[in-house]
Amino acid sequence: MTVLGQLALWLALLLGAWGAIVGWVGGQRGDAVLITSARRTTFALAGLLTVALVSLLIALLRNDFNVAYVASYSSRNLPLPYKVSALYGGQAGSLLFWGFILTWFAAAAQLLTPRRYAYLMPYVAAVTSVVTVFFVAVTVFGANPFDRLGFTPMDGNGLNPQLQNPGMVIHPPMLYLGYVSITIPFAFAVAALFTRRLDVGWLHAIRKWTLLSWVFLSIGITLGMWWAYVELGWGGYWAWDPVENASFLPWLTMTAFLHSVMIQEKRGMLKRWNVILVGFSFALSIFGTFITRSGVISSVHSFAQSPVGNFFAWFLILGGVFMAWLTWSRWDLLKTEARLESALSREASFFFNNLLLVGMAFSVLWGTVFPMISELVRGTQVTVGPPFFNQVNIPIGLALLALTGIGPLIAWRKASPGNLRRQFFLPVLVALIVGALLAAVRLSDAYAGIAITLGAFVTTTIVQEFVRGMGARHRLHGESYPLALARLIGRNRRRYGGYIVHLGIVTYFVGFTGLAFKTEMEASLKPGESVSMRSPFGQELTFTHLGISQYEALNRFVSAASVEVTRDGKRVGVMTSEKRQHVDSFGRPTFEPSTEAAIRSDPREDIYIVFAGAVNGTEEAVYKFTINPLVMWVWLGGAILVFGGVVTLWPGGGPTDRATRRAMEGYRTQLVGEEAGT
Amino acid sequence: MRASHKVLLAGVLVVGTVGFLMASGIKETGVYFLTPSELASKIAADASFHDVGVKMGAKVVSGTIERDVASQTIRFQVTDGQVTYPVVYRGLAPDTFTDDVEVVVEGRLQPDGTFRATTLLAKCGSRYSSTPKA
Repeated sequence: MTVLGQLALWLALLLGAWGAIVGWVGGQRGDAVLITSARRTTFALAGLLTVALVSLLIALLRNDFNVAYVASYSSRNLPLPYKVSALYGGQAGSLLFWGFILTWFAAAAQLLTPRRYAYLMPYVAAVTSVVTVFFVAVTVFGANPFDRLGFTPMDGNGLNPQLQNPGMVIHPPMLYLGYVSITIPFAFAVAALFTRRLDVGWLHAIRKWTLLSWVFLSIGITLGMWWAYVELGWGGYWAWDPVENASFLPWLTMTAFLHSVMIQEKRGMLKRWNVILVGFSFALSIFGTFITRSGVISSVHSFAQSPVGNFFAWFLILGGVFMAWLTWSRWDLLKTEARLESALSREASFFFNNLLLVGMAFSVLWGTVFPMISELVRGTQVTVGPPFFNQVNIPIGLALLALTGIGPLIAWRKASPGNLRRQFFLPVLVALIVGALLAAVRLSDAYAGIAITLGAFVTTTIVQEFVRGMGARHRLHGESYPLALARLIGRNRRRYGGYIVHLGIVTYFVGFTGLAFKTEMEASLKPGESVSMRSPFGQELTFTHLGISQYEALNRFVSAASVEVTRDGKRVGVMTSEKRQHVDSFGRPTFEPSTEAAIRSDPREDIYIVFAGAVNGTEEAVYKFTINPLVMWVWLGGAILVFGGVVTLWPGGGPTDRATRRAMEGYRTQLVGEEAGT
Repeated sequence: MRASHKVLLAGVLVVGTVGFLMASGIKETGVYFLTPSELASKIAADASFHDVGVKMGAKVVSGTIERDVASQTIRFQVTDGQVTYPVVYRGLAPDTFTDDVEVVVEGRLQPDGTFRATTLLAKCGSRYSSTPKA
């Protein structure tokens, strides 16, 4: 089977090169035959990569340990879902998986893009083909999952136990979907530059793609946080590790892009900026892979040094030079159509939003690569850790949170005093009350206080929008309030979906404030002994060690330590944390022992218990108890955000053109109304 | 003043603030990341380096790990092949912490030559690597 996969990859290499050439030449000459060929090439590539992926899957399912990749990442007793997830559990497989997703996105872009953008498609096919060739080449020459061993081991190494978690089955694909789908907006940007058709056409063509990749990135990042929280056992979900930063960077620039696009669509401004943002988002998605795979930056998660890093570095450099040249040669065509009219306008607030998002991205990038830079410049590595990232990003994040409330409500072009009063009187009032209350209870952390105050401000602006919209429908169409709400969202998905996303962001921030009040304690307890700690909400939590039990499960030996938890004397329940020693099918230990934290969540706080080990084989156990306030709100924020994204993405509501026209009409009415109001 | 100038000025202010936050952040929180040999030569050149918190990346010397579970103290030695330092760490070690593994310890080198670590990170084991050992 692996021969078939190998063959498919080589064919994909040749065919991808063909697609790149005919796409470009066909586009230049307007040759229908070549253009059709380029289009069909993307379908064929999707077919070939599918064959390759399936043959690796079959090798995994058949326990074909002669294949080095299978021997390294799977084993006989690995549960079936994890055998499937072993597809992307190692570097070679994840590169193949990446290529596979890319070709499907490329094919979908060819199929689903409306005909009126046909002029862009040959170039889009050319770009996606080039990127496919790159990934297939890295797979074939850098890390080939089909390489065979000189012998056949009896059993494989098995999958890293930390990857044996349901979150880890879906987290990497989600993140890859996010990373990879950025290629599509990027391909359209290149196509628009090539054709010199730099009106809003290409932006309309990629609108959904951009949002889709943003939603996938959001899901991927949130699942990654959840996995780190549940599986790594250090009691947190975000450590500013290079691998985490690598996923956060394109998310930031994509978020900036989602906003700046609106300015170009409605006002013809920021054209150059948008092209640059798409370019950077794509570069950062590649860069993320580069830093995590190359070993240039030490990370707890990262894969060991491998030649793959060099491929990525060269791809980044060549791609960057090409993109810079292309943008530069079209610079005059990207001139803005309008000037900023007022500092108090939606344009200005979006400008600041972009500045802050990109500033944040830059600071995260800087902090991530700083060890490398300091070594080059001063000869010694200087690292920065969470304190640096928090110190820089918390103020920027809070400013962004404030803009989340201001941006969507402030008028286009120039906000009148009437507009400001109408939109912001109530939210500011609510924020002042919440701020005063927090000051009255003497909240110990200033940043947390500001975050909650701003959260109240933003939430009020959003609720106000929904209430006004519902009220208007109720009055005009006589609809009941629930129906009015449903139609309000349904008829204007982009706007109200956006509000829901913002609500998700506020919820994330509420969750993040909990970090300021995290409480930890370590204790060594004999059975029956107990310790107490005070939760940030002032309750007394008591932990009583019940004992340690040992048993054998499917592919592991387990030591489980149980604790009875009471809160202010009321019983909460028994929580069990495990130490697991994974074994192969001959009962020999594989990997180091891993820890399963015991977690009990409620909206107020998480109780997070880690069993660190038994004292010299007795039943005395060492525990780490952590109280994590408001963690649930982080996951809730993720869910709300994704829901908002899906609302915005949901197909229907007419073809893009009509949606745009409606949006434009809305904009005009708003302007007219605004002028009438002043 | 034109609107675009006002916004530009505010933008410069924003960029300046971000730049200032970054510069001060690195100054206040930046930590040297050294190998044992680099640390040894820094200390030899300037004894006040004992008071500077550093990160040290090195390999755990096989067979040197002593765990005292009751006091949650771990003693081990790290080396880069040239210089070896004994390390004392109080707290919970990550699951991946075993013999021969690459670790990053953060803390201070005591005048008596032991490295007192406040954090201990261990790199994921060899199974996570890109080049499978056949």
